[in-house]
Amino acid sequence: MNSEPIIQLIDVKKRFGSQNVLKGINLSIYEGKTTVVVGASGQGKSLIIKHILGLVKPDSGKVIVYGKDINKIRKKELKEIRSNFGVLFQNAALFDSMTVFDNVALPLRERTKANEEEVKKIVDEKLDLMELEGSDDKYPAQLSGGMRKRVGLARALVLNPKIVFFDEPTTGLDVALSNEMYRVFYRTQTRLGYTAVIVSHDVPKILKLADYVALMHNGVIQDCLPPEDFQTSDNPVIREFVQKTMGYIYESEEVEG
Amino acid sequence: MPILRIFERIGDITLYYINQAGRMSIFLFHVIVSIFKPPYYKIFDITKQIYIIGTLSIFVIIFTGAFTGMVLGLQGYNTLRKFSSEGLLGSAVALSLIRELGPVLTALMVTGRAGSAICAEIGIMRNTEQIDALECMAIDPHKYILAPKFIASIISMPLLVAIFDVIGIMSGYLIGVKLLGVNEGSFFSSMYKNVEFIDVYMGLIKSFCFGLLVVWICSAKGYYVHMERKGGFGAEGVSRVTTSAVVLSSVLILVFDYFITSILI
Repeated sequence: MNSEPIIQLIDVKKRFGSQNVLKGINLSIYEGKTTVVVGASGQGKSLIIKHILGLVKPDSGKVIVYGKDINKIRKKELKEIRSNFGVLFQNAALFDSMTVFDNVALPLRERTKANEEEVKKIVDEKLDLMELEGSDDKYPAQLSGGMRKRVGLARALVLNPKIVFFDEPTTGLDVALSNEMYRVFYRTQTRLGYTAVIVSHDVPKILKLADYVALMHNGVIQDCLPPEDFQTSDNPVIREFVQKTMGYIYESEEVEG
Repeated sequence: MPILRIFERIGDITLYYINQAGRMSIFLFHVIVSIFKPPYYKIFDITKQIYIIGTLSIFVIIFTGAFTGMVLGLQGYNTLRKFSSEGLLGSAVALSLIRELGPVLTALMVTGRAGSAICAEIGIMRNTEQIDALECMAIDPHKYILAPKFIASIISMPLLVAIFDVIGIMSGYLIGVKLLGVNEGSFFSSMYKNVEFIDVYMGLIKSFCFGLLVVWICSAKGYYVHMERKGGFGAEGVSRVTTSAVVLSSVLILVFDYFITSILI
């Protein structure tokens, strides 16, 4: 971790009523790397992404993206920062009254001066990349869960963003579709070279894709480590999490050992 | 202590409503500013909303206007007959419709038909993260989703009111003149004589204000569905917020009707 982080969360705290969800989050995201935030459901992992996107304001603490505290900048500057983002939401968040083509074309039509011919070329290219050829005129309600996620990813990538956020990319998908989603992620990241922030509880599979793994537990990030170091960490909370999610390996080691 | 809890609850509710009023005012400000900000609209975005809010409401407006005019003709005739002033029926029907009933009943009908749909649509967009998705794509939801609805509602409402008034007057004429035998000449001459520009102006001002009020309340309620006091999540949350948007819009239409009348009269 020798380069400067492009995203930093510094002591971010957030409370909803009596529920203290984030108790002081510290996390750094590095350019070109894949950072995976893992943890049990309901810990507030997705809330971390919402803070980085500027959709939720922290009660205290700083969220610094490209050197700017996104809660202290003007709306216009926030919009400029967001133009570097692509987001795959947990439920894909597709516009249900638009076709697949229009969903993917929306950022191009609203944010660029591309004419319809150029829009069609770029959208077709992204749909091909997601292996969604022939689905352009379908509506989100006519798609399977896996296809919706791929359309969501096509839309997130259509403007070639520098940072892509994945909020539980495999939730609700069966094993085959989850694997397909990971293959799509690997293929697109290799080709487009974006920085990825993934929130997931799909351990251990997700670790294969990660450059850094952060464990969210009890409202704080326990540590953010490369996958190998994460799996052998001495931190008792990380060790317990690893044992719970990848248990038998360690149990056999203990038996062998 | 129970007494302290009562005050705590009153304070809590008061703060919630002050907060909500502030939030909705800021929302209105953002939408109005976004209307005048580039990029400017594709004409289709606005015509589509005019079709949804205006064109699709025409049938219900004609139906309501017709029966309102008919009942005004009937009631007006029976009241005026007591004073042997049946000839004034034309002005009574026209003034009631143009100054009061046209704008108020049209706004109430549009609230029920289009306002509820706007609230539910935006509420569902909020709950399914479609609005968050727009913000993350650096697309301003005030500009992209809401501004065309605001423009369409402000354009549609005066036109719907005009249709309501014309249909109402025609229906009053049918009942008064054709059915009850009021003299046709006195019906129209009393109308020409007593309906002045200020009456039409008042109706027009009211229709603009109600057009803005309905779209503002209904879209703001949907937009902030996730901040609702009793929980705004899922289908139940959207249904609850839609009901409350329709009730609040309807009440505010009547309240604003009084204040606009008292200013313009």
